[in-house]
Amino acid sequence: MAPVGPRSGDAIFSSIDRVNAELFTLTYGAIVRQLLTDLEDVDEVNKQLDQMGYNIGIRLIDEFLAKSGVSRCVDFKETAEMIAKVGFKMFLGVTASVSSWDADGTCCSIILEDNPLVDFVELPDTCQGLYYCNVLSGVIRGALEMVSMKTEVTWTRDALRGDDAYELQVKLLKQVAEEYPYKDDE
Amino acid sequence: MVREVAESCVDTMLMEMVAMYSGRFYANKPELAARRIEAIGYQVGHQLSERYTMERPRFSDHLEAIKFICKDFWSEVFKKQIDNLKTNHRGTFVLQDNKFRWLSRVSIDPSSEKETEDPSTPGESKAAQAVSMYLYFPCGIIRGVLSNLGIPCAVSADISSLPTCSFVIRVKA
Repeated sequence: MAPVGPRSGDAIFSSIDRVNAELFTLTYGAIVRQLLTDLEDVDEVNKQLDQMGYNIGIRLIDEFLAKSGVSRCVDFKETAEMIAKVGFKMFLGVTASVSSWDADGTCCSIILEDNPLVDFVELPDTCQGLYYCNVLSGVIRGALEMVSMKTEVTWTRDALRGDDAYELQVKLLKQVAEEYPYKDDE
Repeated sequence: MVREVAESCVDTMLMEMVAMYSGRFYANKPELAARRIEAIGYQVGHQLSERYTMERPRFSDHLEAIKFICKDFWSEVFKKQIDNLKTNHRGTFVLQDNKFRWLSRVSIDPSSEKETEDPSTPGESKAAQAVSMYLYFPCGIIRGVLSNLGIPCAVSADISSLPTCSFVIRVKA
């Protein structure tokens, strides 16, 4: 029997149910647009997109673990590689790269050159300050929190703001020890 | 090749959109939440119809445009066609999808359904109301497509037995 191990992101992506990315991209765009109209405040929109992403992340991690067959990562470096190579691939069909590690291995950058969220998107001048892809940082934060890692995820480069790529800085704040629900017995 | 993403990306995004509008922003005003969700769908339908009709001739009548939604448009978005189309030939069309993808994983909590048998509960059950929130989005999409094709209309949805879903289109005279 072949050894059971983590499958590559490509293999998972080709085996799961997929949909036309236009629907995804345009729906996200329409949501951002509606939020800008309703909330009239770019910072508040950023906050809501992040919240939306967080809620998505805490659900997607289950699907990620179920479909990828990966086991526990030995350290945060492996976690970051897993997000970039398997996570992005199996959900969005693109791969990201990891770089700029700090000395103690708790902070790195995830760089996305191809980003399906921004196909057809151009930001008007009135949207200065908008982190259009803020849902993505929320997803990573939410997903990692479900596997006991508190993180802070911020945008350091954004092509919609004139940079040459999308870069997320992921900083591990603390590793939460797993706690069993002992309280029941108290 | 057409770009694709995992279906769960779209599913979770729609869930969160509905949760955001009907749970956080307008928890006590479902009709306002519904209007916003419909508006998002309208925008999406409007844009998708631009893309999917780019290389076709103009539709000769309403029925042709509706058929386009049933076949080509539905296949692009849901990977299947509408199962049944009925019309009274006076501007009302009923599009029935026997396994509507966005409702295929929705189940109604039996405990909440029991409550609805209670005759004192006024109007719709809470569960049915929650499901209907999800349907404002596809209703908006259909309205967006048709209005972009020059057919102003009103669209509503009917879910008498999940996951079958019927969309009722009433063309404005």
